[in-house]
Amino acid sequence: MSINKDTVKYTAALGRIELSEKEIEHFTGQLDKILDYVHKLKKVDVSKLAPTSHVLEMKNVYRDDKVKPSLPVDEVMKNAPARERNLFKVGKIIE
Amino acid sequence: MELNRLSAHELMGLLDKGDISHVDICNSIIDSIDKKDKSLNAIVNFDKGKVLERANAQKGLPVFIKDNICVKDELTTCSSNILKGFRPPYNATVIEKLLNRNAILMGKTNMDEFAFGSSTETSCYGTTKNPWDLERIPGGSSGGSAACVAADEAIWALGSDTGGSVRQPAGLCGVVGLKPTYGRVSRYGLIAFASSLDQIGTLTKDTEDAAILLKIISGHDPMDSTSVDRPVPDYAKLIKKDIKGLKLGIPKEYFIEGMDKEVKQSVLDAIKKLESLGAACENISLPHTEYAVAVYYLVATAEASSNLARFDGVQYGLRSSQAKGVIDMHKKTRGEGFGDEAKRRIILGAFALSSGYYDAYYLRALKVRTLIKKDFEDAFKKYDAIITPTSPTPAFKIGEKTEDPLTMYLCDIFTISANLAGIPGVSMPCGFTKSNLPVGLQILGKAFDEETILRIAYNYEQGTEWSKRKPGI
Amino acid sequence: MEQEEAGDMTYETVIGLEVHLQLKTKSKVFCGCSTNFGAEPNTQVCPVCLGFPGSLPVLNRDALQLAAKVAIALDCKIAPKIRFDRKNYFYPDLPKAYQISQFGHPLSHHGYLPIFIDGKEKRINITRVHLEEDTGKLFHEKDHSLIDFNRSGTPLLEIVSEPDMSSPDEAHAYLTALKSILEYIDVSDCSMEEGSLRCDANISIRKQGAKELGTKTEIKNMNSFKAVRAALQYEIDRQVDMLESGQRIVQETRLYDAAKDITESMRSKEEAHDYRYFPEPDLVPFDFEKKLLEEIKKQIPELPEPRKNRFIKDYKLSDYDAAIMVSEKGIADYFEECVKAYNKPKIIANWLMGDVSAYMKEQGLTINELGLKVEHLTGMLRMIDAATITGKVAKTLLNNIIKTGTSPEALVKEKGLEQISDTGEIEKAIDSVILENQKMVSDFKGGRDNAIMALMGKVMAKTKGKANPKKVNEILRRKLT
Repeated sequence: MSINKDTVKYTAALGRIELSEKEIEHFTGQLDKILDYVHKLKKVDVSKLAPTSHVLEMKNVYRDDKVKPSLPVDEVMKNAPARERNLFKVGKIIE
Repeated sequence: MELNRLSAHELMGLLDKGDISHVDICNSIIDSIDKKDKSLNAIVNFDKGKVLERANAQKGLPVFIKDNICVKDELTTCSSNILKGFRPPYNATVIEKLLNRNAILMGKTNMDEFAFGSSTETSCYGTTKNPWDLERIPGGSSGGSAACVAADEAIWALGSDTGGSVRQPAGLCGVVGLKPTYGRVSRYGLIAFASSLDQIGTLTKDTEDAAILLKIISGHDPMDSTSVDRPVPDYAKLIKKDIKGLKLGIPKEYFIEGMDKEVKQSVLDAIKKLESLGAACENISLPHTEYAVAVYYLVATAEASSNLARFDGVQYGLRSSQAKGVIDMHKKTRGEGFGDEAKRRIILGAFALSSGYYDAYYLRALKVRTLIKKDFEDAFKKYDAIITPTSPTPAFKIGEKTEDPLTMYLCDIFTISANLAGIPGVSMPCGFTKSNLPVGLQILGKAFDEETILRIAYNYEQGTEWSKRKPGI
Repeated sequence: MEQEEAGDMTYETVIGLEVHLQLKTKSKVFCGCSTNFGAEPNTQVCPVCLGFPGSLPVLNRDALQLAAKVAIALDCKIAPKIRFDRKNYFYPDLPKAYQISQFGHPLSHHGYLPIFIDGKEKRINITRVHLEEDTGKLFHEKDHSLIDFNRSGTPLLEIVSEPDMSSPDEAHAYLTALKSILEYIDVSDCSMEEGSLRCDANISIRKQGAKELGTKTEIKNMNSFKAVRAALQYEIDRQVDMLESGQRIVQETRLYDAAKDITESMRSKEEAHDYRYFPEPDLVPFDFEKKLLEEIKKQIPELPEPRKNRFIKDYKLSDYDAAIMVSEKGIADYFEECVKAYNKPKIIANWLMGDVSAYMKEQGLTINELGLKVEHLTGMLRMIDAATITGKVAKTLLNNIIKTGTSPEALVKEKGLEQISDTGEIEKAIDSVILENQKMVSDFKGGRDNAIMALMGKVMAKTKGKANPKKVNEILRRKLT
C-alpha cells in the first residue's frame, strides 16, 4: 500500500475538496495503483542530478515599474457569486 | 462547393480571387455544425447569431478555440462545472493575435475537464465522439478541436498540449496537430493545467495550415515571463523545401510490446516513405523513456493542484449554496464543482508536494525529468528530428478506460516526453486501420525548430494521400 | 539578558521578529496596477492581481532592486540565484490560493542589525530578506466578510530575524533601528497605521540556562511598536504563569488586543501548515550582475549608525544628542545643512531637539514639511549671538518664522524685537520693578540670592523680553547692593 484512506483525506483537506466516504474509498484504490506505477522512479539513481523545474534557460525577465490601467470595476465584479457594493462577499471566516 | 471541407490556405486562395466571401465560409461551417454536431458534441459554446455578426464585420477566417483559452466576455469554462458561467474580462494573447488578423471567433470546443484526460470523456458537457467511429473517443484533451476539424465543422482550431493533448487527438482523428516549443506561443490567457508543460497548439487539416496558424499565434509576449523573444520564421514558405539529407532518429523505446500491430506497421511504412524522400533514418535509443509517464503524472499534477486552487467560489464560477462559513464553502464548492479526474489529480499533486513526500515524489520526478530532457539533447546532437507513433493504439471505445485512470494515463506514453523536454512535436495521419481508424505519426524536433518538423510533415503529406481522407459523418 | 523571576525560578525570553514591508514602487510586483493607498475598493486590480484564470505574473524590476537595497543595507548576502516559489494555502484574501513568495532560493540571507541597549551594542542576526506579494484586504462584518483586492500584489518584503532578542525592549529597539534604516534608504512609507509596515513575533521562554528552546507562540495584530512591546510583555507574563502553574504552553497563533492589552488564541479550526512550496513555474530565475549590485550599494546613503559616530566625532555631540540627530534622515540632513551655514553644532542640535521638534510634534509635520529654511534658523541663531535679540524673543520669533516663512531679520525689524541694550531704558524699567516689588527686594537683601532671578523675570516681562539679560543682571545687582 502506497497510500491509505487517511492520507487521501488529509490531502483532500489540503486541497479543500469535500469527498464522500465512497469517493475516499474509490480514490484510495485508484491512487494506490498510480503510486505503485510511479514507484518505478525509485530505480533511478538521482543522487547526482539537478532538478529540472523549467526547461527554458532564461533568466531575468522583468517589466518596468510603470502603472497600466486597471480593469473597470464592473468588469472586476461581473463574475462575482456574491457581492456587496464593489466588494466580494463571503461567509464568516473564523468558525 | 462545400467550403467547410477546404483548408485555410485553399480558402485564402479563393478569397483572394474574389470567388467567395467570408460570410460564405461561415455559413458553410454553420451548416456543417447544424448537421453533425448533435452526434459529435465537439462544440460547447456556439452562438450562430453572434458568429454571423462577426463574419459581416470582419474579413478573416473562422477559428474555433479550446474552452480553456480566455475570450473576453465569452463563456470560458474548461468544460468544468466549477467555471459555470465564467466570462473572462480579458482576451488571451493568442486571441488578440488572431483578432489582429481579423479572425472570426466561432466558439469554444469541448475538452477533458481542465485538460485532464486523453479521451474528452471527463468534460462536464459529455463526451465528444470520434468522427471516424461515433462509438469511439476522439482522444483528448483537445478532443473537441480535433474532432471538429476532422469532421469539417471547422477550418482550423486552437488546442492546448500539456502531455499530448493536441497531438494525441489529432492522431486519433486523422488531422494535423502541432505542439510548439515551450515558450514559442504565449500562455497568457490559457487557463493553466501544468504551467511548466502547457503550450497552446494548432489543429489543422494539413501541414501548410499548421505553419500558417503557428506564425499567427507565435511571438514574444511581455505578459508571459516564459515567452521567448526570438524572431518568428515564415514557416509556410520554409516547409516546402525537400528533406533530402535530413537525419531522422527512430527511438526503439517507442515501439513497445503490446502496441497495436496496425499502428506499428503504418509508422514503419511512413519511415520507409521518408527514406524514399531522401531522409536518412537510423535506430536510436532514448533510454529514460520508460520513466516519462511517472515523471509527468507527478510534475503535472503537482502544478495542477496549485493552479486549480484558485477555483474556490470567491470571485467567479460556481459557489456551493450549501455552505456554512468560508472553509466549508471552499470544500463544498470544490467537491461539487470538480469532476472525479480533477479531484484525483488535485489530490495526487497535493500529495506529491506535501510535507514528508516532497523529496520522494515531486523532487525525484524533477530530477528524472533532467534525464529525459538530456536524452533528447543528446539525440538532437546527431539527428534533425525523431520519428515515433503518436499513440500506441488507435481510438478506443467510449467508457473503455474510464474506470482505470492508470491505463488512461498510459495512452500518453509517446507524447509526454516532448512536454517534459519542452521540444516541439507534430502529429499527422500516416495510415488507417482495417476498421478505418486513423493512425498518427509523430515528428519531434529540436527546441524552436518547428520549421524542420513541419517540413518533414509537409514533404510526407505531399507524398501520401492520408490527409485527404474524410470521415463518413 | 532580561530575566523574569517567578517563585524560585528564573526565566529567560527568546524573541524573533518577522517584519513585512510594502515597497514603494509605482506599480505592483507582478502587474501594472497602481499601488496607491486609499483608492475605492477593487479599482486598482487586473486579471493578474485578481488571480483570474489564465493570467501570468511578470516581475517588476524596481521591486526586486528595492528589495536588494534593503538586503544590502542590512548586510545580507545576495543569493547568486534567486527564485520564486508558490506558498499554497487557502484564504479568501489570497486570490490564487497561493502566494508567490521565496523559499528555496530567496533573495538574500545572513544579515544583521546592531541595536543599542543601555549603551551597549548587540547584534540581531537576520535570517533572510525575501520578496513576495501582498494579499487583499478583508473587512469583517457581523455574519460575513468583504474583500477588496486593491492591496493584492503590492510588493512585500519579508525580513525575518533570528530569535536573538531577549526582552520586549530589545524587540522595540530592533524595530526602531530597522525602521530608521528603511526610512534612510527610502524604500517604504514604513507606516504601521496604513499597514505598509507590519510585525509578527515569535516568543518563547525557558528556564535560565536551559539549552532547549521553549514552545513558542506567534503573536499577530500588533499595530504599533508600543503594541509590540506591550504584547510581548503580556505574553511573557502569561507564559511564566502557565509554566508556574504546571501547565504546558501550546504552539499557536495569538492575536493582540490593544484595547484589553492581552493576547488571545485565534482558536480557529487551524489546518496543518503544509504550504507545499514548489518553484513558481510562471517566473524564470533571477540574478544580479556585480555591476548592478555596486550601483545599488552606491544608492544607499550613510546609515544611522555610522552617521551617529561621525556626528560624535566631527561635531562633538554627545552620544544622546547624536542618536536623536540621526534617528530620522530628514533631521540629520537638516542638521548638517545648518552646521554648514552656522558652525555651532551643539546649539543647532539643542534648537532642533527643543523648540523645532516641539513644533513638529504639535503640528504632526516632518522637518521638510515644516518649511523652516536653513538660512532662517541659522540667521536667527546668529542674531542671538550678535545680541540683536534675546534667547527669549527667539522662541516666539521662531514660531513666527515658521508660520509666515519670513526671514528673522525682516520680522525683528517689523515687530521691533531688537534687544534693548540702552542702559537708560533698562534702568528705568529696573527702577519701577524695584518700586513695585519691595518684598522681593528685601528677600534678596536678607540673603536669598535667587530672589534676583524673580526680579529679573519681572524686568524681562516689562521689556517684553527684549532687555539684554546680562545688562539687567549687572544693573540690578549694582542698584540693590
